Amino acid sequence: MAEVTLKDVRKVYPGNVEAVKGISIEIPDGKLCVLVGPSGCGKSTLIRMIAGLESITSGTVSIGPKVVNQVEPADRDIAMVFQSYALYPHMSVYDNMAYGLKNRGTPKAEIDARVKEAARILAIESFLDRKPRQLSGGQRQRVAMGRAIVRKPQVFLFDEPLSNLDAKLRGQMRIEIKKLQQTLGVTSVYVTHDQVEAMTLADVLVVMNEGRAEQIDTPIAVYERPASTFVAGFIGSPAMNLMKAKSTGEAGLDLAGGGSVKLREMSTPEAGRDILLGVRPEHMSPAPETDADLLLDVSVIETLGADTLAHGHVAGGKPGGGELVVRLPGSTRVNVGDRLPLSIQPGMAHLFDASSGRRI
Amino acid sequence: MIENAPIRRLIAHLVLVLGILVVAFPIYYTFVASTHTLQTILRPPLPLLPGKEFFTNYWQALFGGIGRIGGVGVDRLLLNTTIVALAVAVGKICISILSAYAIVFFKFPFRMTAFWLIFITLMLPVEVRILPTYKVMVDLGLIDTYTGLTLPLMASATATLLFRQFFLTIPGELVEAARVDGAGPWRFFKDILLPLSRTNIAALFVILFIYGWTQYLWPLLVTNDNQMNTIVIALRKMISFADADTEWHLVMVTCVLAILPPILVVVLMQRWFVKGLVESEK
Ligand SMILES: Nc1ncnc2c1ncn2[C@@H]1O[C@H](COP(=O)(O)OP(=O)(O)OP(=O)(O)O)[C@@H](O)[C@H]1O
Ligand SMILES: [Mg+2]
Repeated sequence: MAEVTLKDVRKVYPGNVEAVKGISIEIPDGKLCVLVGPSGCGKSTLIRMIAGLESITSGTVSIGPKVVNQVEPADRDIAMVFQSYALYPHMSVYDNMAYGLKNRGTPKAEIDARVKEAARILAIESFLDRKPRQLSGGQRQRVAMGRAIVRKPQVFLFDEPLSNLDAKLRGQMRIEIKKLQQTLGVTSVYVTHDQVEAMTLADVLVVMNEGRAEQIDTPIAVYERPASTFVAGFIGSPAMNLMKAKSTGEAGLDLAGGGSVKLREMSTPEAGRDILLGVRPEHMSPAPETDADLLLDVSVIETLGADTLAHGHVAGGKPGGGELVVRLPGSTRVNVGDRLPLSIQPGMAHLFDASSGRRI
Repeated sequence: MIENAPIRRLIAHLVLVLGILVVAFPIYYTFVASTHTLQTILRPPLPLLPGKEFFTNYWQALFGGIGRIGGVGVDRLLLNTTIVALAVAVGKICISILSAYAIVFFKFPFRMTAFWLIFITLMLPVEVRILPTYKVMVDLGLIDTYTGLTLPLMASATATLLFRQFFLTIPGELVEAARVDGAGPWRFFKDILLPLSRTNIAALFVILFIYGWTQYLWPLLVTNDNQMNTIVIALRKMISFADADTEWHLVMVTCVLAILPPILVVVLMQRWFVKGLVESEK
């Protein structure tokens, strides 16, 4: 087992496309690191550099104590699960899993034992003689996982392994991957653009944007203290409400869309500073009108059962300005056109610098 | 397409049957002629039904042919032709699959130049470069050898392009998975690429075997010795200018014998590559 360390890793593709602009991550031994971010932010590029499938322009990638920049993928002691699974179409499931071991010259008896063991763990024993095309998407996914675990590598690399599955299966496989990774205790890097996957799987969550790591932290810290407006908007669903505001010093904030907000259990930045106020939809609750921080004119209601989402804009502001979403308990009855008094739960407001977008 | 109009179906079938007749009749005619005596063939009209001389004619062509085709038996001709066709087909496939492999999967200087050079040779069939090629063969002393018969026909731009096109459809992740699994260039070729290409190889083999089998101009040029003739050349040599000197019944037998091996290859390989097609990945 080994920790994975990235130091200031950069990747410039031919044509001067800088896909990864200097990222440093330390993944402790046995932990699962999730890279999450919008399409094209360089997640695949980064994981492929760890795999050795892409050359590293500058910086170092180490597995354990050893810098592996110049090491062939096969010699890095990694196993990768690809988005398309990349199973060998002409080989049986058994041979697909055994191929890497055969190439390493592992004795036949041991290959057999390891493949059978992996098949047992993944419950694919009955498919061992089948060809990949005779399997369902979920089963292929398991075979791809099996191919990775028979190798007993130091590092697992997953590039969007679940994105070809339907929602239900994705949920199941997500839990299985987590269990498997914990029982095997193998250091892993996992790429996804699904924030639920990211939150549930990660020990270390890396939120990437345009080739940079916006925030590297535990999932809960990323949720509770997003480092920038980008992270705030990316993690959490529905996304965090972001409102332009100006600090008024002691009293609180004046919203640009109209209205004002008092901050409780938080320090207020110096008066006159332009800021962005962030509040998660789940951190506002209905309050008596006298205690309300905000009045919401409800324009759309989404009833989800457990929750009700009320969309609208801040009362007293210009119409169209200050759009807000609030998550209410499912039992709350609201109607379109209602004016809803809301209070921000104490300490649950986030303040960002208006120009840099960084957390204050 | 499901058509429920019987008239249209009838017409369609008529057209097809007509097509088959047009294609198959000359072959049938050849077979019929190969079972009659020379006298029957030369005295029109030629019967449309097979005659009684089947065994006599074939026996004579196969085992009594000495002196008839410049002292060479049909068995020798068939052997020569088989060697040439096999060598051309196998050689072409080997060379083209390897060059396509290099062009698609390896980065080396002047890769695209190499590709374009191969592409350009498409425009230069054997006939165009026949004089220089002949000169080279003479200088190398390859006249009347199997090497001389087959080597100049082996390089194939068409097959290289076909393999290249196929290799380009192989997903990058599959190649990378093999790399992570520790398959070097040779292992990848042997374990992944070859098995995946078997359908293409089978199809190309059929086409190229027939191409090699039916070569005329080049074998005619590089063989002086009758021992090295292919069956197509020998057929030509069996026909004299005077009709009466030509043993038409034996010519027809030789024709039938010349057609059989390619048909055999098509029939056998067809089963093989249809199986490959059915099994291929969606
Ligand atoms: N071979 C390449 N040559 C040039 N640019 C590339 C190459 N591969 C990727 N890029 C660019 O690098 C950037 C990052 O690509 P990457 O594939 O890492 O994105 P990603 O985060 O994995 O996105 P997705 O979620 O869509 O898979 C993109 O802007 C892409 O256009
Ligand atoms: Mg990607």
